[in-house]
Amino acid sequence: MGLFTPEFGLVFWMFLVFVILFVILAKFAWPAIMNSVDARADFIDKGVSYAQEAKSQLEHATENAQTLIAEAQQKQLEILREAAQMKSQIVEEARQAATVEAKKIIDAAHVSIELAKKEAEQQFRQQVSDFALQIAEKLVRRELEDKKKQTELVDKLLSDIENKN
Amino acid sequence: MKKSIIYRIALLLAMCMVLVPQVRAAEEEAEGAGEAFDAKEVIFEHVLDSYGWELPFSHCRLPLPVIVRNQEGQWSVFSSRRLTNGESYKGYMLAQGGDYNGKVVAFTAEGEAYRPLDFSITKNVMALLIAGVLLCLCFIPMARWYRRHPHGAPRKWFGFMELVFDMLYADLIKPVLGRDARRYAPYLLTVFFFIFFVNILGLVVIFPAGANLTGNISITLVLALCTFLVVNLTGTKHYWKDMFWPEVPMWMKCPVPLMPVIEVFGALTKPVALMIRLFANMLGGHLIVLVLVSLIFIFCSMGAAVLAGTTIIAVFFSLFMNLLDVLISFIQAYVFTILSTIFISLARVHGEPAVAEQPVNEK
Repeated sequence: MGLFTPEFGLVFWMFLVFVILFVILAKFAWPAIMNSVDARADFIDKGVSYAQEAKSQLEHATENAQTLIAEAQQKQLEILREAAQMKSQIVEEARQAATVEAKKIIDAAHVSIELAKKEAEQQFRQQVSDFALQIAEKLVRRELEDKKKQTELVDKLLSDIENKN
Repeated sequence: MKKSIIYRIALLLAMCMVLVPQVRAAEEEAEGAGEAFDAKEVIFEHVLDSYGWELPFSHCRLPLPVIVRNQEGQWSVFSSRRLTNGESYKGYMLAQGGDYNGKVVAFTAEGEAYRPLDFSITKNVMALLIAGVLLCLCFIPMARWYRRHPHGAPRKWFGFMELVFDMLYADLIKPVLGRDARRYAPYLLTVFFFIFFVNILGLVVIFPAGANLTGNISITLVLALCTFLVVNLTGTKHYWKDMFWPEVPMWMKCPVPLMPVIEVFGALTKPVALMIRLFANMLGGHLIVLVLVSLIFIFCSMGAAVLAGTTIIAVFFSLFMNLLDVLISFIQAYVFTILSTIFISLARVHGEPAVAEQPVNEK
């Protein structure tokens, strides 16, 4: 029956048309479409991975920023502490220096006082001795022969007074 | 909302276009013959190839060129109009009945009919050419669109075609064939879209379409042959080794080549199965619709009530079958492509890569 027997002419035309169609489409249509679809898929994949990367980078960035802030705060605290330490140190040093200086001044004052005192003493002694001498002279004018004895006696008396003081 | 109503009306009209000409054609057949309605003749007239093409809503047939070569080696080209009504032209005529029913025959000196070498542009050949042109018109502009819009996503018609394209290329060909995908994709895509377009065109019954092309065994024979050639001409040496010297006990292949015979037989039955499957499915779809429409005319003589009942039922069922055929058109094209892809992938085996490559990787 005609239904189940292949017709030679139709087979020939079909083969011809199909091969030509295949050549035309395989040359002009499919590669361009496949390239475009593949390229677009790659592009989309890349875009997605890029976005994911960017997102993770953003997350990292906030993390980094936080650590940086924490570090900065730490540093700030350290610096403040150091500054306070330095301040107290400086104050301490200044105080020490002042103390030393004051002591020096006091010492110097002591020395000068001592000197002045000694000088005064000396003067005083001198005056006393002068007074004594004058007294003695006056005594001597009366009793010249006993002058030396009188001076010694007066000196001795004055020393006693000084020791009492 | 308004748009969707327009679409629905268009769909309804399209359905009418599918059904009405079939009914009309059957009607004309009955009127023309002026006798009892011969369902068998009507059905086969629609299913088989012919030398003219019925124009819609008229009684004339589009004449097509007949190209024949007789036994003496003489070529003749003439219009099929010259052979209408049993006329004879240059010793050729259309056979009435017999083995060559409806075909151009020539006569030997003894007056015996024989088939000349027939390269006529018949209805099916014409439909084939139309389908080919349509495919080119569809996909070459699409390719141009893609070239002009790198990374672009097409919309509307191209978007729909890309959906189908992607379903085949990204979801079938690439996963099955892997790195061979780009090499075989053009063939497989051509096969799919050719069958799909031809199937759908076969469902639209009026003139520029409506030839029962994929329900013709010559067409499916060529398609199956192409797949057979692609599979066997590009098969790897492992494929051939598996066929003629498979890894089976010696007694199964040495004195009597039992396994090779089975394998060769299998290689031959694959394309035959492809051919028969597509042919039978598409032919079956067409036959069912035609039979359902013919029922109306068969019951015509049994009174108005029976006729009305049959008409309603027949129209309803043939509408249903036509819609089913739209689905089948797609499924059969897809099945043909799936099977072709699988047969190609079976012929592209590369030994046992899992065993062969592992030691290399370990080193």
